Amino acid sequence: MTDRITVDGVYKIFGKSPELALSQMKSGETKETVLRRTGQVVGLSDVSLAVPAGSIYMIMGLSGSGKSTLARCINRLIEPDAGRILIDGEEITGAGEARLREIRRTRISMVFQHFGLLPNRTVAENAEFGLKLRGVPAGERRKKAMEVLEVVGLASWAGHLPGTLSGGMRQRVGLARALATDADVLIMDEAFSALDPLIRSEMQDELLRLHRTFQKTILFITHDFQEALKLGTRVAIMADGMVVREGVPQDIVTNPGNDYVAAFTRDVDRARLFDASSVMVESSPLKLGDRAAAKTLNRDGEPIFVVDDSMRVLGVVGPQQLTRVAGGAAVQSLMTKDYETVSDTTKLSAVANLYHRGRPIAVVDEDGRFMGRVDPLRILSRIGAPAATPSQFRGVDA
Amino acid sequence: MFDVDNLYVVPLDQWIQVGVRWLAMHFRPLFQTIKWPVETLLTTIDNGLQAIPFPILIVVFALLAWRAASRGVALFTLISLIVIAFIGLWSEAMTTLSLIATAIVVCVILGIPIGILCARSDRAWTIVRPVLDVMQTTPSFVYLVPVVMLFGVGTVPGGVAVIVAAISPLIRFTNLGIRLVDKEMVEAGRAFGATDRQLLWEVQLPLALPTILGGLNQTVLMAMVMSVIVSMIGAEGLGLVVLQGLGRLDVGMAAVGGIAIVLLAMILDRITQGLANQDKAKPTRGIRAAVMQALRPRHEDAGSFETNHQQV
Repeated sequence: MTDRITVDGVYKIFGKSPELALSQMKSGETKETVLRRTGQVVGLSDVSLAVPAGSIYMIMGLSGSGKSTLARCINRLIEPDAGRILIDGEEITGAGEARLREIRRTRISMVFQHFGLLPNRTVAENAEFGLKLRGVPAGERRKKAMEVLEVVGLASWAGHLPGTLSGGMRQRVGLARALATDADVLIMDEAFSALDPLIRSEMQDELLRLHRTFQKTILFITHDFQEALKLGTRVAIMADGMVVREGVPQDIVTNPGNDYVAAFTRDVDRARLFDASSVMVESSPLKLGDRAAAKTLNRDGEPIFVVDDSMRVLGVVGPQQLTRVAGGAAVQSLMTKDYETVSDTTKLSAVANLYHRGRPIAVVDEDGRFMGRVDPLRILSRIGAPAATPSQFRGVDA
Repeated sequence: MFDVDNLYVVPLDQWIQVGVRWLAMHFRPLFQTIKWPVETLLTTIDNGLQAIPFPILIVVFALLAWRAASRGVALFTLISLIVIAFIGLWSEAMTTLSLIATAIVVCVILGIPIGILCARSDRAWTIVRPVLDVMQTTPSFVYLVPVVMLFGVGTVPGGVAVIVAAISPLIRFTNLGIRLVDKEMVEAGRAFGATDRQLLWEVQLPLALPTILGGLNQTVLMAMVMSVIVSMIGAEGLGLVVLQGLGRLDVGMAAVGGIAIVLLAMILDRITQGLANQDKAKPTRGIRAAVMQALRPRHEDAGSFETNHQQV
């Protein structure tokens, strides 16, 4: 995947003379020292990121960590004091006013924590806001607005004012407004933080659904670590204006890297983070018609799955049956349908739910081909906190 | 030695007199230019109001009150205007009204742009603010001195004084209204690529409108007060009736004038307040629509939150 957004050594200093603070920061002083010496507040300090195209990139941090500042530097609602920000190789930080406006109208759109909807305009008028600013004719922009409202399920509310809508619905309008401009980069600033937990979870699922359909690059700001893990293709964790950890969610949980990040990972619901592939053990299946192989198969007392020529699971045989197969009995007559299959991306919470004693679980890939078998004991160790160390993790997969 | 009468008195009064006289002599075209639009506007409105037969005007005002505010205000307007007509002060009341109307027009044309400028530029606000402070703390009576010196006496200089006295609330409220627009709304506008002009017309002004209309209400009341006081420099209208009544010790005449002033003030207050409150109660779409909305009778908002919510 190519990188859609590149953030390269960005600094933001809040105060009247940023140059002084900047030079001190660059010569290695801490934020506190700079504040004490110059009275300037450091908002961002040497932030570098690469956001792959089509990903949901989560920027997670507590309040004051600089996450919202960083998001606003991307579309220059806040001017960075040093460093470069590029979209598809074009430097935004150097863009003139007209070009910047053009980028905001066509490339980057934004969703706000408190929705930022105009209370005096209807839902449809809010949805077409970006298009109106761009000068799209009334009929055309209304058509587009209705399209995106349809996508977020609010088409029947087009004529209402935002004030008559619930929080979740208002944020759908915010989302529709952002989608209407066809921008390929979406900045979502704490977009779901003001919503009730139930609605929030619903909106997260909705966003994942929309992301699958539209394949936009989403930069999502959140203070909620769980949200970051649930939505994120990659996660950057910020503290004190710096990125303290960056990586894929599972990696961050299994290997926090520092105490600050580790503190967040402690409460993580690992059952919803890790999938079946993380608790899978490879086990050789018995190919139908390959009776000779039955003799050489590993007999560790675990059941063996029977597959056809294209590796699709047909049934399962226990150790005793396997001996009889090796002795010449027909596999079809001995194997049972007493098993479950899960996809390798099924979350552990769902896998655990399927488990019954004496009922093995096969892991299959997206084409339905057999990959391995779930080891129920590994589910337990995987969902327990603190997480296993990386070396143990690799041991499982190997 | 410390007797205040023996002190050397700085001849400030003479300096000012010389200064103002010099101003009046050398900048006469400027003051004439300032006076001209006020005079034109004032005569046009006054002639218009005086020409229309009073029963028609009473009905028009009552309808206006009904659309801007409520049925109650309309009824009050109707009765009050009939009372004014039947105490023989209709013509004077219309002159006062045209004075106020002129002031409102000029205040809106000047005050709202100045308010917008102040909201967008902190520097402009630091310059304008002390001027407004002085204008608002100066007793209205004191305004008359420079006005007489620079513009002379009569109804038109009175109009100028009314404008100067009434403009500050509108500037203040416009500035405040725009500055108080939710930061996130402004950010949303900028994030979607609004130019400064688009931001103003699409986001800031519509959202600041209720506050601006509140300022308009204050401006109207200030204009009402000042329109009475300027009778002292020869402006015609209800104020002159009171002044003459006082001068002749004719309590009846002064009281009749006073009653007409109070009634007129209440009508103007209720109507402009109705405009401002209505806008708060029911948001509309943009400036023009908002004004249209305010001129239309009220109706209840269909669909409550609860019923909407259940359909999610």
